[in-house]
Amino acid sequence: MSDWKLLNTSTASGASSVEFTDLTGYKIFKFVFIDVNPATDSTNFQMEGSTGSFGVTKTTTAFSAYHYESDSGAALGYEAGHDLAQSTSPQPLSGSVGNGADECAAGELHLFNPSSTTYVKNFYSKLNLYGSDNHTGNWFIAGYFNTTSAVSAVRFSMSSGNMDAVIKQYGLVAS
Amino acid sequence: MSGKLTLISSATASGSASVSFTSGIDSTYDEYQLWFVDMHPATNGANLTVDFSISGTFGSTTKTTTFFMAYQNEPGTDAGVTYVSSRDLAQSTSAQEIAFNIGNVADQCASGGLSLFSPSSTSKVKHFYSRVQGYHKQEGANGEYTEDVYAAGYCNTTSAIDGVKFVFSSGNIDTGNIYLYGVS
Repeated sequence: MSDWKLLNTSTASGASSVEFTDLTGYKIFKFVFIDVNPATDSTNFQMEGSTGSFGVTKTTTAFSAYHYESDSGAALGYEAGHDLAQSTSPQPLSGSVGNGADECAAGELHLFNPSSTTYVKNFYSKLNLYGSDNHTGNWFIAGYFNTTSAVSAVRFSMSSGNMDAVIKQYGLVAS
Repeated sequence: MSGKLTLISSATASGSASVSFTSGIDSTYDEYQLWFVDMHPATNGANLTVDFSISGTFGSTTKTTTFFMAYQNEPGTDAGVTYVSSRDLAQSTSAQEIAFNIGNVADQCASGGLSLFSPSSTSKVKHFYSRVQGYHKQEGANGEYTEDVYAAGYCNTTSAIDGVKFVFSSGNIDTGNIYLYGVS
């Protein structure tokens, strides 16, 4: 039961999405996103869950801090355009990621007890991105899949176009 | 940021007044992590709190902390990120809230993690921080909320911290699982 156990590694190259279809066996899952580089400029990295089909109702929050390389702007604020209120839409985990050769996003998502058939499924994430307009963005997303059905799979994609990325799935606390 | 985790102990709450870890927090590790899953209060709108013991005594450790959160209601009419000055501590021995107003409806709960650094130090204060995602109770016409709560601070003592206790501010912990890890 000790330590995060690496369960899967998915290396996406020009992929439309990456799915992890086994969310059993652990109480806590962590997904680590490395070098998420979209094919389409200024697109959001996003997440969806499945209870047999994708499109699970979610209520979430989103806030971020940003700072431009030019030092022309920096702030912390709520991101009303990136949260969800009882919506089945995919959840953005970031703002707009640049598609330049060196631009990408990285971070992690924690998902708690997706197999529960009693409670909603809590999750939270933290990512940092390199925006196409040369800013750093630090994004904080959290919420719950508002269902008592087991969430059996998660899918990661860009809001438009394909992506390159390495995504790792870890488990903690064998159940 | 974390190294290898070693499970020290775990607790399953079932109608429990509190969950305490009174052994296993010592000089073995420089960092300890506590992960809590599906914390469900018996009382609607209870706050999940944490406290730290010195020489086995809870309720006497002075803390100075911060508390901020993001929130949104299910109708989508109320959302933001804000500091909550009523939920931080300034040199107080009260327990620190790490989630608040958690609902006791059958599917409502809170989950998250807390890190505690160098609890056995006898020369420095003891830093801790937490992040908890909670399903906040119904607030009248505004409906139910999601909350993303960040609490952090330090136990303002040079005495060793040797225990951690989780309590809801009112009523029992109806259900919940908490795991104590050492980080090496």
